[in-house]
Amino acid sequence: MAQLLKDGQVTDNTWTLVAEDAAELPAGDILVPLNLWQQQGSELDQHGGTVGVWLVGNEEIETVAELLIKAPVVAIKFPKFVDGRGFSMARLLRERYGYQGEIRAIGEIIRDQLYLLQRCGFNAFEFGAEVDLAEARKSLADFSDAYQVAVDQPVPLFKRR
Amino acid sequence: MYKYDQYDQKLVDERVEQYRDQTRRYLAGQISEDEFLPLRLQNGLYVQRLAPMLRIAVPYGLLSSTQVRKLAYISRKYDKGYVHFTTRQNIQLNWPKLEEVPDILAELASVEMHAIQTSGNCIRNTTTDQFAGVANDEIEDPRPWCEIIRQWSTLHPEFAFLPRKFKIAVCGSEEDRAAFLLHDIGLQLVKNDQGETGFQVYVGGGLGRTPVIASSIREFLPKQHLLTYLDAILRVYNRYGNRDNKYKARIKILVRAWTPEVFAQRVEAEWAHLKDGPATLNGSEIERVTGFFTLPDYRSIDDASADAQVTALAADNKAFSRWLDRNVRAQKQPGYVSVTLSLKPAGVAPGDVTDQQLEIIADLADRFSFREIRSTHNQNVVLADVAKDDLFELWQQAKAAGLATPNIGTINDMICCPGGDYCSLANAKSIPVAEAIQRKFDDLDYVYDLGNLELNISGCMNACGHHHIGHIGILGVDKKGEEWYQIQLGGSANKAAALGKVLGPSLSRDAVTDSVEKLLDVYVENRIEGEAFLGTYQRIGIEKFKQRVYGTAS
Repeated sequence: MAQLLKDGQVTDNTWTLVAEDAAELPAGDILVPLNLWQQQGSELDQHGGTVGVWLVGNEEIETVAELLIKAPVVAIKFPKFVDGRGFSMARLLRERYGYQGEIRAIGEIIRDQLYLLQRCGFNAFEFGAEVDLAEARKSLADFSDAYQVAVDQPVPLFKRR
Repeated sequence: MYKYDQYDQKLVDERVEQYRDQTRRYLAGQISEDEFLPLRLQNGLYVQRLAPMLRIAVPYGLLSSTQVRKLAYISRKYDKGYVHFTTRQNIQLNWPKLEEVPDILAELASVEMHAIQTSGNCIRNTTTDQFAGVANDEIEDPRPWCEIIRQWSTLHPEFAFLPRKFKIAVCGSEEDRAAFLLHDIGLQLVKNDQGETGFQVYVGGGLGRTPVIASSIREFLPKQHLLTYLDAILRVYNRYGNRDNKYKARIKILVRAWTPEVFAQRVEAEWAHLKDGPATLNGSEIERVTGFFTLPDYRSIDDASADAQVTALAADNKAFSRWLDRNVRAQKQPGYVSVTLSLKPAGVAPGDVTDQQLEIIADLADRFSFREIRSTHNQNVVLADVAKDDLFELWQQAKAAGLATPNIGTINDMICCPGGDYCSLANAKSIPVAEAIQRKFDDLDYVYDLGNLELNISGCMNACGHHHIGHIGILGVDKKGEEWYQIQLGGSANKAAALGKVLGPSLSRDAVTDSVEKLLDVYVENRIEGEAFLGTYQRIGIEKFKQRVYGTAS
């Protein structure tokens, strides 16, 4: 089974990502695209497993936040690892909309972003099969402290030094 | 000057270890070229035409003599014994080895320096006036604010992967010496009616392919709100800036597309959520940082007798007198002046200094200016606090080291990018053009007579040499595989910022110097008493200049 880095641990990834053009839903835990998630009351209600949602970091979060925060998992997809919009989206989801569930980074991310992603509120990370997650997780701890306020540290360093 | 505490030190130390591991994994083939690219750029490492180039951060241009000695040592041990001062007050090494960069970063960390975010699509080094803290026309010292911004921007978790690079400048004085209107964010320190400090906030300035002068989006931002407001601007840009085309990705394009009014509304709407949040600055932090930028331990000097002594020495020493004229500037403290050491003698690439010169600069700072050095965006260095009665001795020592060329603010004090000799982006060489101009105009009487004249040279349209804002700007262009040069006139970097206009068709390198001479002839023939080149250009327009260079009326 595919692996996932979640809350600092390597675990099995029990979730199946459903593509935007998927004909039908696979069994088990699934992450459905935003457009499907928006059609609530549909077949998702009858689904056997748990249902989460995925979206791309450039979506207008303000218009979908109320729906997103009902999901147990929100996966934010990075089309390219240098596309930093997902960082803002995760912070908004946590800090402005009070989302407490799992925020998962999917798509193109690299391990050297883990520390910053985690600061912005991501707590789960999907990588390609070639990435050794036990090695990659070390990057979560690249730095022991930071200057700025973020999801992991609501008090800026200047109030703590 | 700011001193690291254990938090600052630990962060740069951990950054060195992070980058050491990244380099190790890259060399072991575990990180692809594409993935390593932004990682190395965010640590200042470019891969250039001939060798890597490492850009070292000099936060707002401030250096201690200890740091300068370390740079001399690094350039000797890891490079070819010289460094280059850039137009963003930073320092570049042109020949480091990729695998030795982690060691260089560790050396830098040992003297409270780093290369964090000196390149890449992130928030770059914040720049300011080289005369900050001593300028007569200062509203407030911008350096504490630059340091507060430095800490906020360093490894900011949300803004490490912006659409494009992002530059902030702070101006604390009446006259602008930081070209702050040509930055992604330009902050002007102002006081309101109650005498409280705040910022007028400008966004969307920049050079490059599409030069734009920044627009004001807020007239008065109370100082405690600086960081939350910056967060709001950066968040709007991070979310909505163009990511499809790198030439349309700077914030200036977004501001223009939306209009400054709409952009301001979007920022205000975002800021409404962040205002008064935990990142709001408190008085104790502002005081803490301000406390690092205190006045040095000035001697009590009789200003009038020091002046008389200097005047007497200058009376029978023309070289000293010229240097006083061009390289020495009044400052706040009676009996003290600020001295610019010129890094632009003819025959040396503008902004280049050798390891030995760096050590001499450090010695001069120890002896004459409270162990501090400032780098300027014009690629020179400044000793900000020199006692007038030390001037003659300082001049003699600086002159012996080739650091006293009396050309500050003249045509020979040109801004020049590394160009095609080093840079893989360049269309044309820039250093040989600078040298040819310096050699052509080597008659000091003539150069003095020309007075203030900013000549800026860029080897390509990315405009690292700020050609758009030179009174005379020279831009290297590629014409069917050959190096040609376009001349622009009338640019200006001060508060009445202006972008230069293209004079006419581009010229071969051989023709550039003669054409510059013709431009100067037109100026000399047409100027009125006391008028500088830019003033004459603004008064008479471009046509006469054009006719002289191209020989025909258009």
